[in-house]
Amino acid sequence: MSFYFAQLLTGLANASSLFLIASGLSIIFGVTRVVNFAHGSLYMLGAYLSYTLITTLDLGILGFWGSVVAAAAIVAVIGGAIEVLVLRRIYRSPELFQLVATFGVVLIVQDVALAIWGPADMLGPRAPGLSRAVRIFGEPIPQYDLALIVIGPLVLGLILLLFNRTRWGILVRAATEDRAMVGALGVNQRFLFTSAFMVGSFLAGLGGALQVPRESVSLLMDMSIIGEAFVVVVIGGMGSVTGAFAAAIIISVANAFGVLVFPQISMVLPFLVMAVVLVVRPYGLFGTAASAHGGATVPEAPLRPLSKVGIVVATALFAFLLAAPAQDDTFILVLLTDVLIAMLFAASLHFLMGIGGMVSFGHAAYFGLGAYAAAIAVRDLGLPMLPAMVFGPVMAALGALVFGWFCVRLSGVYLAMLTLAAAQILWGVTFQWQWLTGGDDGILGIWPARWASGNATFYYLALAICGGALVLIRQLAHSPFGFVLRGGRDSPVRAEAIGIDLRAHQWLGFTIAGAFAGVAGVVFVFSKGSVFPETLAIGHSIDGLIMVLLGGVQALAGPLVGAAAFVLIEDWVTRLEYWRFIFGAIILVIVLVAPDGIAGGLGRLWRLVRPARAAA
Amino acid sequence: MLEVEALNTFYGRAHILRDVALTVGGNEVVALLGRNGAGKSTTMKSIMGLARPRSGRVVFDGADIAGAPPFRICRQGLGYVPEDRRVFAALTVEENLEVGRRPPREDAPQFPIDALYQLFPNLAERRRQAAGRLSGGEQQMLTIARTLMGNPRLLLLDEPSEGIAPRIVEELAGVIAGLKRQGLAVLLSEQNLHFARLVSDRAVIIEKGEVRFAGPFATLEANPEIAQAYLVV
Ligand SMILES: Nc1ncnc2c1ncn2[C@@H]1O[C@H](COP(=O)(O)OP(=O)(O)OP(=O)(O)O)[C@@H](O)[C@H]1O
Ligand SMILES: [Mg+2]
Repeated sequence: MSFYFAQLLTGLANASSLFLIASGLSIIFGVTRVVNFAHGSLYMLGAYLSYTLITTLDLGILGFWGSVVAAAAIVAVIGGAIEVLVLRRIYRSPELFQLVATFGVVLIVQDVALAIWGPADMLGPRAPGLSRAVRIFGEPIPQYDLALIVIGPLVLGLILLLFNRTRWGILVRAATEDRAMVGALGVNQRFLFTSAFMVGSFLAGLGGALQVPRESVSLLMDMSIIGEAFVVVVIGGMGSVTGAFAAAIIISVANAFGVLVFPQISMVLPFLVMAVVLVVRPYGLFGTAASAHGGATVPEAPLRPLSKVGIVVATALFAFLLAAPAQDDTFILVLLTDVLIAMLFAASLHFLMGIGGMVSFGHAAYFGLGAYAAAIAVRDLGLPMLPAMVFGPVMAALGALVFGWFCVRLSGVYLAMLTLAAAQILWGVTFQWQWLTGGDDGILGIWPARWASGNATFYYLALAICGGALVLIRQLAHSPFGFVLRGGRDSPVRAEAIGIDLRAHQWLGFTIAGAFAGVAGVVFVFSKGSVFPETLAIGHSIDGLIMVLLGGVQALAGPLVGAAAFVLIEDWVTRLEYWRFIFGAIILVIVLVAPDGIAGGLGRLWRLVRPARAAA
Repeated sequence: MLEVEALNTFYGRAHILRDVALTVGGNEVVALLGRNGAGKSTTMKSIMGLARPRSGRVVFDGADIAGAPPFRICRQGLGYVPEDRRVFAALTVEENLEVGRRPPREDAPQFPIDALYQLFPNLAERRRQAAGRLSGGEQQMLTIARTLMGNPRLLLLDEPSEGIAPRIVEELAGVIAGLKRQGLAVLLSEQNLHFARLVSDRAVIIEKGEVRFAGPFATLEANPEIAQAYLVV
């Protein structure tokens, strides 16, 4: 009995730290409608800053708590700067842009932290005065955990006071419901947004600073917390602080007991809970329908048949790809194969988002599913390469069929979050199902059949598969099915009104997009000879989003341009020191300067230049 | 006090307002009439900065405010009461009013919160209730009171009578008459000719985004074919 009570206390202590970071995320989302991936970075900065302050000042109890608050305050200022420099410019942009922009910030902060604090993990000192354990019913409980259990509700109380008793709080709550109306009543939203962002950042910084005595400070803190923080925000209802508190407790306590029954569950459990909650309550425990949507979702993408120029360019490109092996340069062929795979991956994601209007934060799941299924088919079922290449996409489609059934019941940010959860669940499973997936070590030795093992041969095979799939995606986009999907994207109500079962179409669209991602996955696994859990991780899903964004969502050719650009930039930039910083900066520049992507930007440039030539 | 000239507004590629022009004098109540989709709300939103006019002028007290952000336009003394009652549902009545509160200004009639509670006794009774749980009529009163908290000089009232019980509509007419008496100017959008005539000095009729008529109600009565052509009667 006492053991379970101790376990409960551990869960509650974890809930407190989770709540701190999630509450800030929820506040920021509620007001600005931005899904802020950089929130984890603010949390990490809070930890690093307080580590530095605590260890350099070393002033006992007062110094410790002073350092914690000071670190949070510095993070608030940093958050304010991020809001003014980046987010303020993209509030009207589609969610995808905002997500990718905040991910650019994540990359930059990572390298800044690396430059300042170095790569080594740092173990902070215990909290002075709270460094021991007390016995409760005979079980040792760290004093610091008890302090956290008090701090969580205390902060919740302060936030509620701030929100209910101050004019600022009332304005923030009003803006969470209807921003435009608050502006029409004379409130300067800029100030409101920046200040709300700073409060959210402060809470993230506080959460990080309070972690110092509990875990070592490392460069992995940002991405390790962000998934769970999102889950808490979504379960609670986006924008609801009370909801975040309840959700943090549910998740942490469930985790504390779940691991007793099933030790590997902790990676997957939060996402399972979230999936269940969303299916039962589509807007989370305390959320409302209004909270689902940001300013805009996906920019409308008018489809045009290929123009003459387009046909010429496509033919030239195809000719170039066909002729590439003549160079007989292994490096180039490998790079081009990567480009082809990325193109197909990005195009399948674009089909889902641009055509289907469903933003996915977890598309890598189906890429990885295809790759793993093919690898397992080869290793365990002894299938030859080609049947395995069929088996992969079939399994990816099955996965998409299952998860899609849940996902298409939601819309907007909640849909995106559920796709993220689905991907995280699969990722957790591949990580922990050692006997099947090899866990962290992945599956190795999955090479092409002998007839296809030559560099040029495999390259041509990849070209045929990816090229064929790309043509198919294009045909689908222009088919009646594609029209229905786009009609539903632009006006769900109207589509339903003329008797179309939109949900069924979206479900099918989701499955098809998953299948094509699976095709990209199988080509990937045979080109690399191995597959690891990273192929399903958040980072890879975001890679896909960046590719789509780089190219521009407006055109079907966008993801192709974007994927090529992404692979080439990545290939070049990862050789440099601090490549994350450079890559993040490139992303930010593109989002801020050419929000219509490279293809769109070039198009604008072209239109600028063309009349000048005509006049000359 | 308010002069709108040659206003053109687009939603995407759709040309909604075509050279809309109208004026509202100080302490005048002008009715902006038109059918569903005629462009009444778009006119209001374009004046308030909630829709961005592509061309044209919105002159308020001698300053061109076209294209300025809504919060600045509000601070100039324009109060906007939206159609379909956009109350902050999760906030209490009192908190809704707080959102609208602005410092008093010399040149405008003042509406301290107690005066508003006197004007709308229902709101006073429910001041601690969530606005989302009020009746339609009460929500309409709340949006008006919320805007009055900003001490505006001119009120843009978008279809206040829509979907409200007849008894409350009468009450509303009384309120508008009272506001005029206190020195406010009002631009009132309406489909309900009867209600508009009750409270307004002049009428402007808009159809497919173009002004088709501007003049006194007497002219409308003398020529019933005008109302028949552009309004639901
Ligand atoms: N956000 C929007 N996007 C595109 N078109 C719009 C939008 N809002 C309104 N419209 C169109 O603009 C036209 C004018 O609409 P508006 O709302 O101004 O009319 P209204 O006179 O206020 O009508 P109602 O009496 O129904 O309120 C309509 O044809 C409408 O379909
Ligand atoms: Mg209207």
